[in-house]
Amino acid sequence: MVAEALIRGGVDILELGVPFSDPIADGPTIQAASHQALNLGVTPKSVFSTVEKIKGKYDVPIVLLTYYNPIYRMGIGSFMETGRSHGVDGLIVPDLPVEESGEYRKFAEKYGVDTIFLASPATSVERLEKIVDVSSGFLYLVSLYGVTGARSKVEASTLDLVKRFKQYTSGRVNLAVGFGISKPEHVKSVVSAGADGAIVGSAFVKMVSEGVMLKRLEELAVSLKQPTRSPRA
Amino acid sequence: MTRLSENPVSGKYGKFGGRFVPETLMHALEELEEAYDRLSVDKKFKKELDNYLSEYAGRPTPLYYAENLTRSLGGAKIYLKREDLLHSGAHKINNTLGQGLLARRMNKHRVIAETGAGQHGVATAMAAAVLGLKAEIYMGAEDIERQKLNVFRMRLLGADVHSVESGSKTLKDAINEAMRDWVTNVETTYYLLGSAVGPHPYPKIVRDFQRVIGSEIRRQVTKAEGRLPDILVACVGGGSNAIGTFYPFIDDPEVRLIGVEAAGRGLETGEHAATLNVGEEGVLHGMLTFLLQDEDGQIQPTHSISAGLDYPGVGPEHALLKTLKRAEYKVADDKEAVDAFRRLSEMEGIVPALEPAHALAYVEKLAPTLSKDKVIVVCLSGRGDKDVEVVAKALGEEVRS
Repeated sequence: MVAEALIRGGVDILELGVPFSDPIADGPTIQAASHQALNLGVTPKSVFSTVEKIKGKYDVPIVLLTYYNPIYRMGIGSFMETGRSHGVDGLIVPDLPVEESGEYRKFAEKYGVDTIFLASPATSVERLEKIVDVSSGFLYLVSLYGVTGARSKVEASTLDLVKRFKQYTSGRVNLAVGFGISKPEHVKSVVSAGADGAIVGSAFVKMVSEGVMLKRLEELAVSLKQPTRSPRA
Repeated sequence: MTRLSENPVSGKYGKFGGRFVPETLMHALEELEEAYDRLSVDKKFKKELDNYLSEYAGRPTPLYYAENLTRSLGGAKIYLKREDLLHSGAHKINNTLGQGLLARRMNKHRVIAETGAGQHGVATAMAAAVLGLKAEIYMGAEDIERQKLNVFRMRLLGADVHSVESGSKTLKDAINEAMRDWVTNVETTYYLLGSAVGPHPYPKIVRDFQRVIGSEIRRQVTKAEGRLPDILVACVGGGSNAIGTFYPFIDDPEVRLIGVEAAGRGLETGEHAATLNVGEEGVLHGMLTFLLQDEDGQIQPTHSISAGLDYPGVGPEHALLKTLKRAEYKVADDKEAVDAFRRLSEMEGIVPALEPAHALAYVEKLAPTLSKDKVIVVCLSGRGDKDVEVVAKALGEEVRS
């Protein structure tokens, strides 16, 4: 399956998406994938089962990307408890800012689930401090103003952002950069700027939707992982 | 105890409301809140808005005693608040002029908006034209197909209309797409939301720009009857005309507030938009509120003959008023709305929009049960020209526009 190809390709953390009917932070690729997953009957519970299956075979951290409503609907505590018991290590919730996350963090702590918050180019230093304080696992830095989806290149402003934010995350939480990252040279440039990791979503989802061979997914994973292996100065 | 009118407190209406948005928008919402708080007490801003509302949009609107309707129902006295007489033909212009001026003061000259049937899109395009702003309107592909005339009106007014092909291709998807645009262009763009929904401070801003409806009713009905009305009735989709009607009365417990939602083809069919009647709590479009959703939290498709009520969520202030039982929320179905649409046309010579026809349909049931000394005010939120084709189709008649 797709997850196995990515794990064989060397991903450090596997991110699985819980599909939602109204994914406002996502571009066309992930919107289409969510829509298709819902039509195939994918639910939060079926995603938990998938996590459990993967965890049975591989020792890789797994985080879920989900909008807040599926969590709220199941009950925040119930979602955390069930997710954790199936092997979920952390959650990324793009429409849950720090200010609204009191209950969520309480249950995450209770059940030992990492709370991966997002920061963006619009985030002030004051907000960033608050976000870093409550982030665990890693901090998800949204590289640009916009929605998810592959871009041809990484903008200079993204690299400046990484450098600027790195001084606030260093020694506190790992900084991973996502949105628009799809090629090895993208990974290389954000890692050189100081990022601890890069997040690739739409590029893989697009390949899956085009029905390419799993071998090619694995090859892309290998090539994306490569630039992170060389030691940084 | 805090008075109801003091809500929102810290962006919340009880537990409802809040600000559930991507991090990228947090700064913009803080900036908007700050600008609005400053301008809402600015005398020059208020004067400028009042001038546009009276000289451009046609405020105040009349409070009309519907004598024929009252007589035929044989019960309470029925007044109609004539928002249908406003420029653009609906209450939406109250909000678009207010937010358009706000955008201009914030130096954001590109405004984006979502629209369902096109009423908010047209009102946004008008406000943008008169205030010198550039408007881009998101509209579901399905709605574009159903409302070609409004699409042309928006373009005629200088707005760009973007067809939204994702999801159910209706209003909720248009909001999703407008939010995606906003995340991308937040530095230069003002999001002009059309109903009392969305992340804080939108529900408050929209309510404040629509409360002129209720304030005028208060003054007019006091003049006509020497007292406050017994009952206010308004239709509820997102809930902007209803909250604008109710808000100036929410600290007066003797005034009953009744919102009417769309029962579509009937609550039992699942094809409706009766969020407050059968929805459950959840988070969508930046707010905690009642939603039509399945057991996994996926938003459900809605149906109403009136596109303006066809929304799976509802403003957070209505969620609070329902929970506190301060307001009651009833329903009227497609057929009842069409019947009320015809009846008002025949009886009073007023063609109402299908949205307030839902409120009228409920009043037709309510008024006969009340004594003749009771006073009901219905918010007639828009005129029905836009719906003539839909109604003709529902009645099995052929019309060509």
